[in-house]
Amino acid sequence: MSRIGVFVCHCGENISRTVDVERVAAQVGKLPGVAFATDYKYMCSDPGQNLLKKAIIEQKLSHVVVAACSPRMHERTFRKAVESAGINPFLCEMANIREHCSWVHENREEATVKAIEIVGMMVERVKKNRVLPTITVPVTKRSLVIGGGIAGIQAALDIADCGHEVVLVEREPSIGGHMAQLSETFPTLDCSQCIMTPKMVDVANHPKIKLYSYSEIELVEGYIGNFQVTIRKKARSVDEDKCTGCGLCMEKCPIKKIPSKFDCNLGMRTAIYVPFPQAVPNTPVIDRENCTKFKTGKCGLCQKVCGPGAVDYEQEDRLIVEPVGAIVVATGFDLYTINEKPKGSMIKGYGEFGHGKIPDVIDGMTFERLASASGPTGGKILRPSDGKEPKQIVFIQCIGSRAREKGISYCSKVCCMYTAKHTMLYHHKVHDGQAYVFFMDARTPGKSYDEFWRRSIEEEEAVYIRGMVSRLYQKGDKIVVMGSDIAVGVQVEIEADMVVLATAIQPQKGADTLAQKLGISYDKYNFYSEAHAKLRPVECATAGIYLAGACQGPKDIPDTVSQASAAAAKVMTLFAKDQLEREPIVARVREAGCVGCFYCKKVCPYGAVEEKEIRDRQGNLIRVVAYVNPGVCGGCGTCQATCPSKSVELDGYTDEQIVAMIEAL
Amino acid sequence: MHSEKQKHSFEPKIIAFVCTWCTYAGADLAGTSRMQYPSNVRVLKFPCTGRIDPVFILKAFQQGADGVLVSGCHPGDCHYIAGNFHARRRFAAFRKLLEFVGVDLNRLQFSWVSAAEGGKWVEVVTDLTEKVRAMGPMAEFKQLALEEQWSGTIGTPELKEAYNAI
Ligand SMILES: Cc1cc2nc3c(=O)[nH]c(=O)nc-3n(C[C@H](O)[C@H](O)[C@H](O)COP(=O)(O)OP(=O)(O)OC[C@H]3O[C@@H](n4cnc5c(N)ncnc54)[C@H](O)[C@@H]3O)c2cc1C
Ligand code: SF4
Ligand code: SF4
Repeated sequence: MSRIGVFVCHCGENISRTVDVERVAAQVGKLPGVAFATDYKYMCSDPGQNLLKKAIIEQKLSHVVVAACSPRMHERTFRKAVESAGINPFLCEMANIREHCSWVHENREEATVKAIEIVGMMVERVKKNRVLPTITVPVTKRSLVIGGGIAGIQAALDIADCGHEVVLVEREPSIGGHMAQLSETFPTLDCSQCIMTPKMVDVANHPKIKLYSYSEIELVEGYIGNFQVTIRKKARSVDEDKCTGCGLCMEKCPIKKIPSKFDCNLGMRTAIYVPFPQAVPNTPVIDRENCTKFKTGKCGLCQKVCGPGAVDYEQEDRLIVEPVGAIVVATGFDLYTINEKPKGSMIKGYGEFGHGKIPDVIDGMTFERLASASGPTGGKILRPSDGKEPKQIVFIQCIGSRAREKGISYCSKVCCMYTAKHTMLYHHKVHDGQAYVFFMDARTPGKSYDEFWRRSIEEEEAVYIRGMVSRLYQKGDKIVVMGSDIAVGVQVEIEADMVVLATAIQPQKGADTLAQKLGISYDKYNFYSEAHAKLRPVECATAGIYLAGACQGPKDIPDTVSQASAAAAKVMTLFAKDQLEREPIVARVREAGCVGCFYCKKVCPYGAVEEKEIRDRQGNLIRVVAYVNPGVCGGCGTCQATCPSKSVELDGYTDEQIVAMIEAL
Repeated sequence: MHSEKQKHSFEPKIIAFVCTWCTYAGADLAGTSRMQYPSNVRVLKFPCTGRIDPVFILKAFQQGADGVLVSGCHPGDCHYIAGNFHARRRFAAFRKLLEFVGVDLNRLQFSWVSAAEGGKWVEVVTDLTEKVRAMGPMAEFKQLALEEQWSGTIGTPELKEAYNAI
């Protein structure tokens, strides 16, 4: 038989003003199972808690109900207090007679009656409460970082510098991401390569970082503290351990005219290649689609010239399993390609701007490659069509962004700033040229950002035209840009030599597939969702997975780096403990009743339900039943309400507990 | 805010099944903001609307509730990613069933009340209370309960026995 203690709080006068607390204690004291009931001015105060502890010991109480404020306020306080008096914390419940009663009702009689019922309900509930152990899960203090752009690099370095091993997985042959492609960066115009490459080298040399380039995530299993990640290391055809990075193979490769993706197709590369000279790792990869050896079986030159014998045509994809405790997702962005509509995309194309059709209509990243000192033109701004220097250049902002009717309603955030940067770079390189910018409005919130933007107009003589472009067409070797200047209310027509489109920032292709493997959520555009837009901006709702950089939403470098360091800090917080403690509100399967329908598995938002085989002593499979992994279970209880055989139960919210409350009414 | 208390001939019993993260917090906010609403409602807290078994609603009616409210986070705001979507689907089907059995659906209200919507909580509770008051007591289920001591949960001795035996 339970010996329940009920403690009714006055909360100064906050409760006692409208609720007759003495009457509540007296009434509830008569309920079967209640051994002790009293009221006190401030239960949460030190004397109040001492009163509680003393009563537990003296009255040999088995369960406790504190009738006071909202459990969201003080449940933890009282559970700690009962624990220190030797009772399992989950045998203590709170009855909310302040927020849900005394504060919202004026009639003393009504409020008192309601309070008695609320406390009565909790008394019946607590009788059915079970002792719950605190759940601890071990933590593997290694971290996975997916994506080797500046976000992934920063996160990996921060975590590794703290002494924890990092597994960095990059899909491309080299790390670096988009920042490696940039020329100079706003708002300071420092050279991107100069600040980026040292960090890339740090990654390569760091004893705690294990880099898998040209690799992808195949499978993610497990849960916070205990993930098992299968990585597909794609066949590079060059042995990374043997290759010295001399580059002889690339010199000798006869296939030399493959458009370089890194250079936005402005430059050419060979079939065996590194994407750019500063690549990390500096090991070439054979593009098997274009290699003669793979296409016809002939050639094999690179293997012949390779001194250390690193070229290996037989190499196959390898699957590697890495155990990690935390995951940082940093897969970055892609640019919206306006001339083609990706399959199944909700985004309508922007064919009217001629990108992909008119050679001198390019996107912002292509302009970065033109402006880059290490780019295909050595930093000269030249037209892709004929290599001439454009004297009139038009930049058009918000291509794809902020156009609901076309499918994207968000702002890409960096285009206003990089367009201003482009006008400056252009002016520095083509002194007698003129830059025009079509814009909706300039969004420049950020330290030194507005000043930077103004400089492009005031010092670098860019002409900003507020309005959109309606049409654009090739006329001879010119591109006619027709638009409106809505500030002045006139139509404008510019005969340009080159047009640069600031196309929208979008998540990487396949971002949704990766999210499904990780079990994290994403928005309708495929940007990954943070757990809370304001208070948990770098954590996923799925425990142990964190976000960094443009994969979560459009971001510039300063924001990306801050978020990456924040994500690393979260990982380190997790790694600061050897064991994770969590509230034992988790679901449990009663195997005897489970019929193996796995409806629970279908509805579980956390993927916590696994299939467990039950075998007899001879090892013959008898049944397959559900098993809830307590490390993964979020504690929502959806499985329980779904289970047709009532075989899964959420601790702390069992049917018994709830029915007892309903029956108390 | 609160008008002169009138005496009513019938005070309905309203049971609210709410999730901790949104609606319970919203009701707390109504309290901290000292808003006033009828005292007829009794709140049962769940981690998520996804945990709310339709059987609880039947049980509540059987136990003498005249109106039942189920309320959780707005779609898309679920603390548990998607529990409320499952709840929504489940209750859509359940309403049909109730209707089929002959329960006036006006007695069962679903709503989304966020942690910031103290005012909405007051509105929802007040509306439901007044609506149910106008409808009068709920007789159907009490009748049923008397007839066969029906219970859909482990509340019956037989089921409990079977449960303990396993
Ligand atoms: C034209 C242009 C100019 C810009 N100029 C500036 C500037 O001057 N200043 C500034 O502050 N910002 C600038 N930005 C913004 C800047 O590029 C971004 O803030 C930054 O690159 C974001 O870094 P990231 O690491 O999040 O993403 P990314 O640079 O896109 O890196 C993501 C990495 O993840 C890898 N990856 C993707 N998917 C997977 C997968 N499934 N598995 C493994 N790896 C994967 C990619 O290959 C890539 O290496 C500019 C952007 C553009 C488009
Ligand atoms: S084998 Fe392929 S990669 Fe090697 S040299 Fe020949 S074409 Fe180039
Ligand atoms: S309680 Fe929720 S999270 Fe846990 S197993 Fe059940 S459905 Fe999954």
